Amino acid sequence: MRNLLEIEGLSREQIERFLARAESLASITGSEKKKLPTLSGRTVVNLFLEASTRTSTSFDLAAKRLSADIISVRSDGSSVEKGESLKDTVQTLTAYEPAAIVVRSPHVASAQMVANWTNAAVINAGDGKHEHPTQALLDAYTLRNRLGPLDGLNVWIVGDILHSRVARSNILAFQQLGADVTVCGPPTLVPREFAELGCEVRYSLAGSEHADVIYVLRLQRERMTQGHLPSMGEYISQYQINARRLGANQLLMHPGPVNRGVELADDVVDAPNSLITQQVQAGVVVRMAVFYELLSTGNVDDGEQMKVATVELTR
Amino acid sequence: MSSGPPTPIRPLAEMPLPPTPAPQLLYQRGGSDAQLLIRGARLFDPALELDETTDVLVVDGVISAIGTDIKAPDDCEVVDGSGKTLFPAFVDPHVHLRTPGFTYKEDLESGTRAAAAGGFCQVIAMANTNPPVDSVAVLQALQRQAAEDAHIPVAFGATVTRGMRGAELSDMHALAKAGAAVFTDDGVPIADAGVLRRALRYQAVAGLVLALHEEDHTLSAGGSMHEGVVSARLGIGGIPSISESAIIARDALIAEYEGQPIHMQHLSARESVQAVREAKLRGAPVTCEASPHHLALTDAAVGDGSDACFKMNPPLRTEDDRQALIEGLCDGTIDFIATDHAPHAGYEKDEPFEDAPFGVIGLETAFSVIYTDLVLTGDLELALAVDRMICGGEIFGLPRPRIAEGEPANLCLVDLDATWVVGEAGWQSKSSNSCFQGRTLSAVVLMTIAGGQVAYRARSFAIQEVE
Repeated sequence: MRNLLEIEGLSREQIERFLARAESLASITGSEKKKLPTLSGRTVVNLFLEASTRTSTSFDLAAKRLSADIISVRSDGSSVEKGESLKDTVQTLTAYEPAAIVVRSPHVASAQMVANWTNAAVINAGDGKHEHPTQALLDAYTLRNRLGPLDGLNVWIVGDILHSRVARSNILAFQQLGADVTVCGPPTLVPREFAELGCEVRYSLAGSEHADVIYVLRLQRERMTQGHLPSMGEYISQYQINARRLGANQLLMHPGPVNRGVELADDVVDAPNSLITQQVQAGVVVRMAVFYELLSTGNVDDGEQMKVATVELTR
Repeated sequence: MSSGPPTPIRPLAEMPLPPTPAPQLLYQRGGSDAQLLIRGARLFDPALELDETTDVLVVDGVISAIGTDIKAPDDCEVVDGSGKTLFPAFVDPHVHLRTPGFTYKEDLESGTRAAAAGGFCQVIAMANTNPPVDSVAVLQALQRQAAEDAHIPVAFGATVTRGMRGAELSDMHALAKAGAAVFTDDGVPIADAGVLRRALRYQAVAGLVLALHEEDHTLSAGGSMHEGVVSARLGIGGIPSISESAIIARDALIAEYEGQPIHMQHLSARESVQAVREAKLRGAPVTCEASPHHLALTDAAVGDGSDACFKMNPPLRTEDDRQALIEGLCDGTIDFIATDHAPHAGYEKDEPFEDAPFGVIGLETAFSVIYTDLVLTGDLELALAVDRMICGGEIFGLPRPRIAEGEPANLCLVDLDATWVVGEAGWQSKSSNSCFQGRTLSAVVLMTIAGGQVAYRARSFAIQEVE
């Protein structure tokens, strides 16, 4: 596999390979966060054309823990502000012969376009409302760590499904791993076509009490001004996940950033059954796994590579 | 002084107007008239029920004889048409030649060259230029330029509203007198029903058809492709079918109420075809068109969304919509095929899908796409397909091309069995934003005679010895 552009088209085996690699890296680097020499001497470009805290810092750290040289390019402060096209930006950065380009963009299929213009491995860090594959992988990883295999799990994804790349990637990933997915939100924000993607479509939280996992999406305040929703109050009263709606046996997830008081009540964000912090922590090791799987040149059997790495660390 | 009964005063409206010459609609560069003998081609003209393999002699740009054993006069080029088909050349009443203002995408010379390469002998250029064609000055400048540059006869549309702002009417009477062929704000809809109604009433003094881009922006806003399963999966904003069909239903009722003809451009949805069908059954004065790309492709062609050459307005819709367009073409609901040829520069279409401009070129591939994807598949009869490629100019007052003695030569010679790879040999158009790039298609246009002049010959189609 040369690029990671989307969850769509990934087999269960391929997804599980990423998760297994993440586990192995987690145990190698341990709590001391040891560095691995996997990408030593190689360059990783982080091209972020859309605001991000979690994803960009997470990819940054992941590349550093693998000893890569990093170039970070954001829209503000770069020639993208001068109107330089995506194509020209990529062709400029390609001159540095990066091993990998991580791309986040407000436009669908940007990562695919970048992949068409470069030989570097391309990782989609979020392309418009289309997909956010590494988010889905870290969410699956987090859930698996907590509950074991996802088969038969009842997962509800709640919120603005229409505008969510996290929803699109996570529906595919959770289903591939054997879970049953229900999407739930206001009718104006949940396209009916999602039923054809194999998930249940609901317009009210009734029934969510049977879910094992409630995955909540951020609601942008602009959705009110754009006319999708009458008011914040209407959304909160029908869809906000709060301590009353979240059972003690249900797990809460959220990709962040959280709009406290909107999609999540303050009291549940930090509750013991919230996995939000674990999701962020998983982000680094899962993204290390993605770099590793796409870039490590090992024709060596994995076990040996792990041994080599451990030897280097203990020397 | 006679004291008979007083002469009744006749109201002004009844007084006969002095005869004015009909304005010239079509403009083409000066050139030498064709002198050709096309030997042994299959002549195919559906309007005349002509389907016969025989010779055609063109003298001074006019079809002077049809029959066997015609002797070639001096200075006459002899063309071997054996195994080839000769059609009346095609007519496209909906093209964007981007002149004035956007000539980096296309101009009159390159656009008409592209049309000739596609077998067309007449096109009508849309008016959404910069400045738009909302004044006699701009119209006449274009006509003069076409008389210098155009490889085939071009007619020009003028806008319905000033500046295409959808509010005040343009000088319709003056524009019609100066030779505008149609009124159209194409590119944008006439959103205000009151403005449309007034435009329809007023244009009676001009006598032209109003051609309308049917789209409700309040329904299509934020969309880049058909609203459906593909857009839901990709996360690209959708343009629902109702954004087209709802306005079509509204405008058909207004046209019926006012009794004035309107033409609905680039239909894409089943509901739109149905609305036009019902309007026609009620006797409403409505006509409509469909494009080769809508007849051949669906939203599945958008694929992963990385190629904006599949982005156009209206968008490619579902297979069910495509079938409805084919049915509409067959039962007469859809009156003709028009390409909506919309050139854009390569760097413009290289942008992410949601940012790229809407539109695809279509002149050079039109007949090949219709022939390959609709005739060869059995969806359309050749006679019907060819007729719908030729008849589009009639409602706008353009003379229909015919293969008959005495007619001006408007012909295209096609090798139906030859194949070509779209874009492989480059483009006549300045732009290359085609949604058929890389496809292998049947039907190669070998030669086009437009307005009595040889306007196009395929590179490999050699001129033969003069006998």
